[in-house]
Amino acid sequence: MGKIKIAVKTPRIDMTPMVDLFFLLLVFFILTATFRPEEAAPIKTPMSTSQTPIPDSHLVTVMISKDDKVFFNVDNGTDSTEHIRANVLQAMGSNYKIKFTPKEIKKFVGLASFGLPITKFKDFLNAPDQKTREAMQVGIPIDSLDNQLTMWIRFARTYNNDMVFALKGDGDANYPVVKKVIAILGDNNVYKFNLTTDLKAVELPSEFIIK
Amino acid sequence: MAEIVQEEGHKGKGKRKAKKHGTHIDMTPMVDLACLLLTFFMLTTAFNKPKVMEIILPEKPKDNTPPPELDKNRALNIILVDNNKILWYVGMAEPGKALAEADYSKEGIRKVLLQRNKELFSSISKMKKDLIVGKLKLSTDSVEGRMKRFYKADKSGPIVLIKAADGVKYRNVVDIIDEMAITNIARYSLVDINPVEKMMVQNHLGSKPSVTAIK
Repeated sequence: MGKIKIAVKTPRIDMTPMVDLFFLLLVFFILTATFRPEEAAPIKTPMSTSQTPIPDSHLVTVMISKDDKVFFNVDNGTDSTEHIRANVLQAMGSNYKIKFTPKEIKKFVGLASFGLPITKFKDFLNAPDQKTREAMQVGIPIDSLDNQLTMWIRFARTYNNDMVFALKGDGDANYPVVKKVIAILGDNNVYKFNLTTDLKAVELPSEFIIK
Repeated sequence: MAEIVQEEGHKGKGKRKAKKHGTHIDMTPMVDLACLLLTFFMLTTAFNKPKVMEIILPEKPKDNTPPPELDKNRALNIILVDNNKILWYVGMAEPGKALAEADYSKEGIRKVLLQRNKELFSSISKMKKDLIVGKLKLSTDSVEGRMKRFYKADKSGPIVLIKAADGVKYRNVVDIIDEMAITNIARYSLVDINPVEKMMVQNHLGSKPSVTAIK
């Protein structure tokens, strides 16, 4: 008996719609992507019920890590023509009599937050890789003898008076350090600032919920 | 002309078209790449931007101007202590004054604050409710303005003084400031703890040993 052989064909799946979808999503994600910059220290911010989003530009961030080190960051403005970072670094350099080369300034503009004494900055900017840089982040000096944080804040403010200040502290940071940073902000006449937090839901005791 | 003749000849014999192969491009590598990039961008995108909580502190007094007088009955003093505990009392600090204890849960300090700030809180939440239902139509700016007016008109709510003892974490301070926002406290400030209050805290914790003391 002869069997009728059915030719087995591998079914062809038309991948075109899938590819279309992929590219659509890809384009969407590329356009919405904002890269997480190389942060000096991991900071787990506490939660609050505030829903105000953080401003995009002209933001000066003072960070306090879990081990009470202080870091600083200033963004480069709405576009690259403002040169905020370059100006702040140069002002800081001239105050501490350190001359930065254009190459070092360019490197600084590309980095994000930092936390080290200004005297170590040249080595920091010329460090070969991220690992070496990370090891150098020992925190910005904030004691009254050598208060470099106040200088950073002052130069960021002299460059642009409309800077928004944000305090981004780790939930486990000790309050005395935070209090000191708030006092330093006050020394620079910054009384209005933002505390960076993560969102959580509001819960009320049952008798206060209005139906 | 010759071409036309040829074509006619074809017609006569019936159609013999050369089979057209749609040029098939193998799309697999492209799909792989697209998929890879897609995954990468999805993972690196930070969607939820961090939120901020605005805080405005009073300016430092320029000269030796005396601090503003406080209504004793409205002053609610909150002392943050370690182990996520809150101690509070009303009025002026006096040695030997008893402290009440609370925590950061919704039945803790929040209830205390809400009970004292009932009037302002209920009028603000009524406004919010009206906004949601649609009884009241306002732009975001005018909502903020109205909130500010409510805050300014507040004559009976507590004036909260937040003080932090030793061993308090930043999280505790953020939590308590957040409580102020939740319960719509119109007036609050972060102030230093004074020696009398330090004694009161010691007395309170001394009678009931804290967790760290046992360890």
